[in-house]
Amino acid sequence: MSYSAPPLARRRAVAAGAAVVATLAIGGCGESAAPAASTDTLTEIDYYEAAPQNTKLPEILAACGTEAGVKIEHQQVPRTQFMPKLLQQASSRSLPDLALIDNPDLAQLAATGGLVPLSEAGLSTEGLFPSIVDAGRYEGKTYGIAPGVNGLALYYNKKLFTEAGLQPPKTWDELTTAAKSLTKGKRYGIAFSAVGTEEGSFQFEPFFWTAGASLKQLDSPQAVQALTLWKTLVDSGWASKSVVTWTQADINDQFMAGNAAMMVNGPWQLPTLNGNKDLEFGIVPIPIPSPTAKPVTPLGGEVWTIGHSTPEREKKAAAVLKCLLGQEKSLEWSKAAGYIPSNEAAAKQLAASDPQLAPFAEEVATALARTAELGTAYPKVSEALFNAIQAALAGGKSPQEALAAAQAAVK
Amino acid sequence: MPALVSARRTTPGAHAAGVRGRTLGARWAAFAFIAPTCLYVLVFYVYPLAGNLRMGFQDYTVKSFYTGVAPFVGWDNYRAVWQDPAFGGTVLNTVLFTAGSLAVQFAAGLALAMFFHRRFALNGVLRSLLLVPWLLPLVVSGTAWRWILETDSGVLNQTLGHPVPWLASTDLALLSVTLVNIWVGIPFNMVILYGGLQGIPAQLYEAAGLDGANAWQRFTRITLPLLRPVTVVVLTLGLIYTLKVFDVIMVLTQGGPADSSQTLTTFSYDLSFQQLAFGRGAAVGNILIVVAVVFAFVYLRATRDAEGRR
Repeated sequence: MSYSAPPLARRRAVAAGAAVVATLAIGGCGESAAPAASTDTLTEIDYYEAAPQNTKLPEILAACGTEAGVKIEHQQVPRTQFMPKLLQQASSRSLPDLALIDNPDLAQLAATGGLVPLSEAGLSTEGLFPSIVDAGRYEGKTYGIAPGVNGLALYYNKKLFTEAGLQPPKTWDELTTAAKSLTKGKRYGIAFSAVGTEEGSFQFEPFFWTAGASLKQLDSPQAVQALTLWKTLVDSGWASKSVVTWTQADINDQFMAGNAAMMVNGPWQLPTLNGNKDLEFGIVPIPIPSPTAKPVTPLGGEVWTIGHSTPEREKKAAAVLKCLLGQEKSLEWSKAAGYIPSNEAAAKQLAASDPQLAPFAEEVATALARTAELGTAYPKVSEALFNAIQAALAGGKSPQEALAAAQAAVK
Repeated sequence: MPALVSARRTTPGAHAAGVRGRTLGARWAAFAFIAPTCLYVLVFYVYPLAGNLRMGFQDYTVKSFYTGVAPFVGWDNYRAVWQDPAFGGTVLNTVLFTAGSLAVQFAAGLALAMFFHRRFALNGVLRSLLLVPWLLPLVVSGTAWRWILETDSGVLNQTLGHPVPWLASTDLALLSVTLVNIWVGIPFNMVILYGGLQGIPAQLYEAAGLDGANAWQRFTRITLPLLRPVTVVVLTLGLIYTLKVFDVIMVLTQGGPADSSQTLTTFSYDLSFQQLAFGRGAAVGNILIVVAVVFAFVYLRATRDAEGRR
């Protein structure tokens, strides 16, 4: 695809280079990702550091780039440095043409004004799950769309359940009963992550929302009910006290090591779990408080966004995005990365071919975006929520007290 | 160091005529030699520091990064931080963490320094082994400590035979991170105090011994007073290092559970990069800078006094 640049473009590149050097010297905050003036190369950024995602994504990007007639420069940045990096790029007006960002961060980034509303770039959302399209909305406009999403479900150790003569739990009562009877010696009945980061809130939200609580009122009776469930599990010794320090990766290790009979986790753990041939496990949707309750899980996963540049570049980026979100590529990506495609047809196809993903696919239609209720206020409320969870599980506070303090903190 | 200082002090008189006779060109050359340092300090210290001070008075949001617009809000950020329900506990945690770390680090460092001040076999080997905590990257040792302190399968609780929730309880988390920080800081204290001990003339101890002073009297009447300049240096530097400790806490507890091990440093990070309230994060950062600057002056005074005395 390489050809020698015409003199004018070359001169412009030199000028751009000089400008970059000048910015470096003056500003000291060196960032050389300024978009090139041409339209034959697009820049892309994401935070996938581990296989299979980090090997599959460049492959699919290259294929979609060829289809749209552009070359795509792929760049990956560790998760913890991802938002600072994007903010830095936003401040130098050099946001990449395509960025794959975590969906709760979208509202914040869209608020900067640096992202292009996808409809303006000429992208249609037909054939995609409405719940997923909603997750990418900010102030009435869609700024990001996930190629695939994930959610949470309950993993259970089949061998232990058969030995105990138990069925996988469907309701909270069945969950506590199962957790109780499967706790034995060094093994806990259940593991979940109540770590003091966004992960902790994400894990709690299926219980929180399914109980009927809203993030706008953290100390509602429904919220107290959900936190009481978690506190009962920890206080009774059916879940480890360490849940407040465990990330989702940690609980996956605990589950694989046989230290927990059940765990709350997402489909991205499947490649690792399936690699362990000795472990027989099943997956069911997250248990609900009563048989009539409507299950609601938080939407997880990353959304594609387009950064402001020139109309031609934005159009090219939209063309690439169309390919990425299409039935074929979104299926290919989701299969490799452990996601549920946002494309309804692809999701059906995948659920039919892979029964492991069926519980997750089932949840997508009713899943809720974390920023749906609060928009840019979400990070603050999420922090108050995971602090309340930790205060109740590790600090000896009652769920009522802890959630009331959280509600007072966000007021 | 003292030798150098005195050498410099004698120079001006001897070469005064030569200095006066210097040409203008030489003076310009001198400026040219200073310029890179000045530029470096300006770009990498003064500019970010001024930026942070300004940000503390601005309503700086994610949007400000793109638009460059951040309205000035006076002392609003400081007021918001002051009224934050987590602030009081965070300040108390910072004081406990810093005071606890300094006291124990210093006591243990001094004890080890006295121990190694004697002559015995393998002294050098053991002393260099004690430096290991200082050499390891904090993320590495922090992760190792996280495993050691794990409630169910950690080595410590396996040994104790009792599941103590070191990092998973709001009562113990601060104590645990303080203990780990003490472990990290002991080598620094030991090395500097060991150097200080070597500067105390052995004749003083011999003379005191002849006068019938016992070990405790020799320690309190000779060692401690003569170590005072070094002690001030160790404690002020230690204080500045401890105030800004970030990685140890971040790796072990992320300031949790429920803010129970949150210090001003992690609080500032949390405000800026979790809650994305950059103005308030900068305000907390500025409070830390003021505290550190005050103690930096204490340090400078102490070192000047120490040099003056010699």
